[in-house]
Amino acid sequence: MKILMFGWEFPPYNSGGLGVACEGLTRALHDEGAIINFVLPKKVSIEANHLTFLFADENIYSEKFTTGLLNAYITEKNYNDALFGLTAEERMRYGSDLFHQVRMYSFNAKKIAKETDFDIIHAHDWLTFGAGINAKKISGKPFVAHIHNTVFDRGGGVGINEGEYAIEKEGLTKADKIIAVSHYTKQKVVKHYGIAPEKIEVIHNGIREEVINIEKLEHDITEFKKHKYKIVSFLGRITLQKGPDYFVRVAKKVIDIYPKKVLFLMAGSGDMERQMIREASYLGLSDKFIFTGFLRGEEQQKIFHLSDLFVMPSVSEPFGIVPLEALLMDTPVLISKQSGVSEVLNHALKVDFWDIDEMANKIISVLENQSLSKHLAENGKKEARFLSWEKAARKCMVLYENLIEHNSFS
Amino acid sequence: MPAICFYFQVHQPFRVKHYRFFDIGNTHEYFNGEGVGNLNNEWVLNKVANKCYIPANKIILALLKKHPDFKVSYSISGVALEQFERFAPNVLKSFQDLVKTGQVELLNETYYHSLAFIFSRDEFERQVKKHQETIERLFNVKPRVFRHTELIYNNDLAEAVEKMGFKGILAEGADHILGWKSPDFLYKPKGSTGMSLLLKNYKLSDDIAFRFSSRDWTEFPLTTPKFGQWISAKNGTSQIINLFMDYETFGEHQWEDTGIFHFLEALPEELLKNSHNYFVTPSEAIERLEPIAEIDAPNFYSWADVERDLSAWLSNPLQHDATKKIYELEHDILATKDEKLIHDWRKLQTSDHFYYMCTKWFQDGDVHKYFNPYETPYDAFINYMNVLNDIKLRVNNHLEEKYTKINSKKVDALL
Repeated sequence: MKILMFGWEFPPYNSGGLGVACEGLTRALHDEGAIINFVLPKKVSIEANHLTFLFADENIYSEKFTTGLLNAYITEKNYNDALFGLTAEERMRYGSDLFHQVRMYSFNAKKIAKETDFDIIHAHDWLTFGAGINAKKISGKPFVAHIHNTVFDRGGGVGINEGEYAIEKEGLTKADKIIAVSHYTKQKVVKHYGIAPEKIEVIHNGIREEVINIEKLEHDITEFKKHKYKIVSFLGRITLQKGPDYFVRVAKKVIDIYPKKVLFLMAGSGDMERQMIREASYLGLSDKFIFTGFLRGEEQQKIFHLSDLFVMPSVSEPFGIVPLEALLMDTPVLISKQSGVSEVLNHALKVDFWDIDEMANKIISVLENQSLSKHLAENGKKEARFLSWEKAARKCMVLYENLIEHNSFS
Repeated sequence: MPAICFYFQVHQPFRVKHYRFFDIGNTHEYFNGEGVGNLNNEWVLNKVANKCYIPANKIILALLKKHPDFKVSYSISGVALEQFERFAPNVLKSFQDLVKTGQVELLNETYYHSLAFIFSRDEFERQVKKHQETIERLFNVKPRVFRHTELIYNNDLAEAVEKMGFKGILAEGADHILGWKSPDFLYKPKGSTGMSLLLKNYKLSDDIAFRFSSRDWTEFPLTTPKFGQWISAKNGTSQIINLFMDYETFGEHQWEDTGIFHFLEALPEELLKNSHNYFVTPSEAIERLEPIAEIDAPNFYSWADVERDLSAWLSNPLQHDATKKIYELEHDILATKDEKLIHDWRKLQTSDHFYYMCTKWFQDGDVHKYFNPYETPYDAFINYMNVLNDIKLRVNNHLEEKYTKINSKKVDALL
C-alpha cells in the first residue's frame, strides 16, 4: 500500500494534536506495511525512518526553513495579525494570506502527485483538502479526507470563517471516503456539511506510550506538593475552543467552597492567555492559580505527574488526545462531554463544559476520595493503553483496500 | 410428582437524588428527587406500578380465584412497601388482596434490602425484625421463611437465620455449590437441625425472567405448552421445582408486547394439565417434603450475573470504600436516637446503591447490560459520598449537642 499523505504539521514542528496524530497514525501504518510519502507545506529539517517527507515549497522557494506561522490551528485572522509583524522578505515566503498559502500548497500538490507513485491519497484537515482534491484530479486515485477538526470546533461556538467552511465542504464533498476522529465529529459533518453518514467512517485516534523516567520529573511545583497542596491542571491551547475560561471559573468555585489546599495550574499558550491571567487575578485567585506558559514533551509529563486531576473543559473537542496522555501518567481525568475522547473512555469523569457547579462537585470529589481517584487513574490508564494506533491503522488499511478495489471496478 | 414453587421478588430502592458537594450541610433530604426521570422515586414507582405491579397482581388474583390449588409467594422489601404506602396505596391494597386469598405466602428479608449481614450481624437482625413487624402490620401474617438480599447465602447466614426461628431459607441453585446434585430437591443447610433450604432452578427460572423475549435464543418463542413439557420432563427425577424471579419480569423487564402476561395467565392451567404437578408455597414445601441432603456453602454466593458472587455490589474500591464508611457510622448513628437520621442511614444501606457503583461491566464493553439511574458508576459514587458526608455532619452535630449538655450539667453541678 503506497500512500500519498498531505499534512500541515509534524512533530517536533507541531502546535498540537494534529501533528501528534499524524505521527502516531503513520508509524502504525508503516508497521502494517504501508509506504508513505508525507507532504508538508514548508521545507523543514525533519527526518523519520518510517516515511519519506516531501515539501510542497521545494524548488519553489529557498530552502531556509520557517515554521513560525504554520500551525494547524491558525485562523485567517491570526495569520494576518502574525503576518503584519514580518519583514517583506519573510512575507514573500508565506504568501499574502493563509488562503493564499493553502492555495499554493494545493497547486504544488499537482506536481507532487505527478512525480510520486502511490495507490491512495490521504489528507488531514481543511488546510490540505485542496491538495487532496488536486492529487485526485491528476492521478484518478481515491481520496480520503481525514477530519480532525471542523470550523465549528475552531470557532468555539461563536461564528465561523466562511472561507474555511467552503474549503472544508469542498474537500468533504469531493472525497471518496471520510474518516472522522469520533462520532461527535461525524455528526457535525453530517449536520453542517450535508454529507451522507454512509460516506463517513469513525476511526478513533490512538495513543503512543513512551517510557518516562519519573524520577527525572523534578519541578518547582514539587514544593507545593510537599506542602500538601492538591493540584488540578489544564493543559492545552488557551483559546476559546478549549474552554480555559470555564477552568478559571471552576477554580474560583472550588477555592471558595473547599477548605483544603488546592492549586490550579494552566499550562499552554494561546490568544486568550492574557485575558485568563487578568481574569484569574480579578477573581482574586493569583496565589492559587499558576500559569506555566507553553510546555513541551517532558515538561508536560511533569505537569501530569504532579497533578491530582487533569481537566479538559473543551467547548468542542473532535477527539482530544491530552486526557489519554494524562492517564498514561497515572493522573485521573475530568473531560467535557462535548468531546470525541469521551466516547472511548469509560473510566473518566464527564461533565458538560458549561456546568461549572457539576465540574466543581466532581473535582472536589476526586480530591476528597482517594478510592475514587485511584480507581479512575488505574482503570483509565488501562483503557488508554488499549487505544492503540495499531487498531486505527488496521481500520485505515481496510478502508484503503475497499476504496482501491471499488476504484478499479468503476 | 414435582411440586412447583413460585417466588417473586418485589423491590424498589430509595434512589438518592442528585446531591452535590454544595448541598452538604444545606439540605438533609436525599430521596426526594423531582421531575420526570429515574431519580424521582415516586415517578419510578408509578411507572413500574402501571407496567407491572397493577396488571400482574390483577392476573395473579384472577388465577388464584380460578385455580384454588394455585400458590405463589412474594418477598416485598420494606423500602418497597414504604413507597407503596406513600406513593401508591392501591398497589399495596392489591398485594393485601392477594394475601387474603390464603394461597399466597410472604417471605421475610431485611427491611432495607441491604448487605447488613456482611458488615454487622446486629444491624442485620434489627432490619429483619423491622421487616417482620411491617409485614404483620400491613398483612396480618407472620413470615416463617427467609430470603436474603439478592439470594446472597452461606452457612453462617443459614445458622443465624435458623437461630432467629425461621423454618426455611431460599438460595440460588448455583452449579459450583451443587456439583453433581440437582436443585430440584429440598435440602438443608450444613449443620442445620430444623431448617430447610430451597434452591432456585436457575435454568427454568431464567428461561422466563431473562430469555423469554430473546430472539437469539434457540427456544424462542417460549410457549406455555413448551414450558409445561419441560416441567413434566422432570417428573420422577425431582421433588420440587423452584421458580424464583424478580416480579418486575412481568411487564417491566419483559414488556407487555412480548406476550409475557398471556404467558403468565395461561401457565397454571397448562401445568395443572399434568396431574402429577402441584403448586406449593415455600412453607408448604417444607411441611410436605423431607430434605434429602446437606448443602455446604462456606463462602457467600448470590443469584446475580454469571459469576453468582458478590462482585456486582462489592468488587471495586469505590464499593468497598462506600460500604465501609456507611457501616462505620453504626455506633454513633444509633447513639443519636434520631429516628429520621437512623432511617436515612439505613435507606443508604440498600444494596442497589452499591450496584450502581459497579464498574465490572466496563470490562466486557457491555455497559448497557444493567440498569443504572446515574449516568456512570462514578456519578453514583460521588453522589453517595456527598450524602454520606452530610449524614456524618448530622451525627457530629448530635454528638456536639450531647457534649454541650454534659458540660452544662457539669457546670450546673459545680455551681
